[in-house]
Amino acid sequence: MSTNVAEAAEAVVPEVSKGERFRSYDVDAFEVPGGREEDWRFTPMRRLRGLHDGSAEPSGSATVEVIGEASVETVDRTDSRLGEAGIPGDRIAAQAYSAFETATVVSVPAETKLEGPVTVTVTGPGTDQVAYGHIQVRAERFAEATVVLDHRGSGIYADNVEIVAGDGAKLSVVVVTDWADDAVHVSAQHTKLGRDATLRHTLVALGGDLVRVSPTVQFSQPGADAELDGLYFADAHQHFEHRLFVDHAVPNCRSNVVYKGALQGVDAHTVWIGDVLIRAAAEGTETFELNRNLVLTQGARADSVPNLEIETGEIVSAGHASATGRFDDEQLFYLQARGIPEDQARRLVVRGFFHELLMKIDVPEVRERLESAIEAELEAVGA
Amino acid sequence: MSTLEIKDLHVAVNTDEGQKELLHGVNLTIKSDETHAIMGPNGSGKSTLSYAIAGHPKYEVTSGSVTLDGEDVLEMSVDERARAGLFLAMQYPVEVPGVSMSNFLRTAATAVRGEAPKLRHWVKEVKESMGALDIDPAFAERSVNEGFSGGEKKRHEILQLDLLNPKFAILDETDSGLDVDALRVVSEGVNRYREDGGHGIMLITHYTRILKHIKPDFVHVFAGGKVVESGGPELADKLEEEGYVAYTGNKKEAATV
Ligand SMILES: Nc1ncnc2c1ncn2[C@@H]1O[C@H](COP(=O)(O)OP(=O)(O)O)[C@@H](O)[C@H]1O
Ligand SMILES: [Mg+2]
Repeated sequence: MSTNVAEAAEAVVPEVSKGERFRSYDVDAFEVPGGREEDWRFTPMRRLRGLHDGSAEPSGSATVEVIGEASVETVDRTDSRLGEAGIPGDRIAAQAYSAFETATVVSVPAETKLEGPVTVTVTGPGTDQVAYGHIQVRAERFAEATVVLDHRGSGIYADNVEIVAGDGAKLSVVVVTDWADDAVHVSAQHTKLGRDATLRHTLVALGGDLVRVSPTVQFSQPGADAELDGLYFADAHQHFEHRLFVDHAVPNCRSNVVYKGALQGVDAHTVWIGDVLIRAAAEGTETFELNRNLVLTQGARADSVPNLEIETGEIVSAGHASATGRFDDEQLFYLQARGIPEDQARRLVVRGFFHELLMKIDVPEVRERLESAIEAELEAVGA
Repeated sequence: MSTLEIKDLHVAVNTDEGQKELLHGVNLTIKSDETHAIMGPNGSGKSTLSYAIAGHPKYEVTSGSVTLDGEDVLEMSVDERARAGLFLAMQYPVEVPGVSMSNFLRTAATAVRGEAPKLRHWVKEVKESMGALDIDPAFAERSVNEGFSGGEKKRHEILQLDLLNPKFAILDETDSGLDVDALRVVSEGVNRYREDGGHGIMLITHYTRILKHIKPDFVHVFAGGKVVESGGPELADKLEEEGYVAYTGNKKEAATV
């Protein structure tokens, strides 16, 4: 972007190291957040509909349907595998953990490569209904698979998603939040990667009133690789928040974060927090994070906060970039100077903005759905 | 037979210190099958003139007129001007990430021609045009101008000129930054456009070397935001000898390479 309306300055090193963050399964171990806390300062607390203060009693349930070759189990909270990828790090995640009834475990056996994607469709509990959920996706050692977590429907829903990739596994998880306009969804997504495992986590945020997703990546063994991509398109009054935490605790792992968002309409609000911690033991780390936002109309706001915390100098590379801008007038001028009408030129620029991420989505149906969603968004404002 | 007529054109930009006039009454008439060289030192307003004709939003026309066959160009949007038959090969072509050259060219051709070119013909047309300009076919799948060298960008500007086939081409320092081979290839491209017939050219340049490849019918010296002298090709020879010193009082401004 040639014009930066809000450019995040130097990476802020948080006062309290993210590595020391408090974690617990017990909801009462967390204070009820008021909205001023670092973790909550961007979130419109009233629109959480009580998920954060215990007042959102479960009143319905979300349905979980799985299509694909993976093995699917519905288990209760005594299953010893649950919690393997991570422990809740905030009150809503702990609330969801305390309140879910059954968990869905989707697993790909060791040394198995699934040809097609596995699709897990989560349908919300319905308007004004509250539900809590738990999903675990497991790729055992050397398994290869793509899993789509597709969220649709209405309601108020909080969950923990666990992603476990065993040694040498190659797992792609595509999370689509295509909720109805009223939906509120708060999701903690914990990832644990084994030795030489490869994870691609792609978040596609399209719908909902308030959607807050916190992906956490924990490297437990050396040699793993995490690619975290995100695409979001927020309309008037929508709040889409993405809080990433990549914890490099072991040597020779790689992480790459690319999140891109477009915003349009009054009070469209997006938040991107990119916390990367390179612990003293994590020599040979290679990490980069990028967030770009394209503000299409007045009255929309994108917050972007990269945090890079480095405890060892023995790394390959570490960097971040963040930029938020309006349409690049020079690009529009160039396209129009070739006879392309303004609305079409704008569409080309927005599509171009998302292009590199769209091309990386390895599930054609999801990619096409996203492309047409972007088209529809642009038609809607007459951009 | 078409006419592009620029009359007493005054153009200003908004700066932090207020409005600043950059063009102070430009007069110039170009007809089909004429090639006009506009020569002037850096900062004399050559790009400002080309941007104002193309309709860049930063440049405000404060008075005067630009007409194409009597139609008011200044009333048209940027894309309408292009569809009316004006083409600007930019001094600094813009990068458009994520939009492939092939998609861009086809979208532009569709807009300018009023209908999508038949795919089979189009593929052949683009291939031939790229071949004539020594452009590697792999460029078709790259993002518009992204990571192109200066010379590659200029070749692609001429590629667009060839495919969009406008009535008038304004070439803003298309020769700058080109090595000898690229200058020849690009000049040949411009000469093909010229020989097609019915086309007028405004060839903006700082140096005389491109005029050895593309022979102008008229030469205009541009200085201080307006045309200060007009003549035939012999005026270029004079500039080659003497530089712009007579117009700027600055001995350092040579017109030769
Ligand atoms: N957007 C702008 N804002 C302020 N000054 C400008 C702007 N564009 C051009 N100028 C000034 O106008 C003058 C003419 O510029 P330009 O048209 O680019 O000259 P040329 O193409 O002949 O080198 C220069 O002094 C330049 O600095
Ligand atoms: Mg110039």
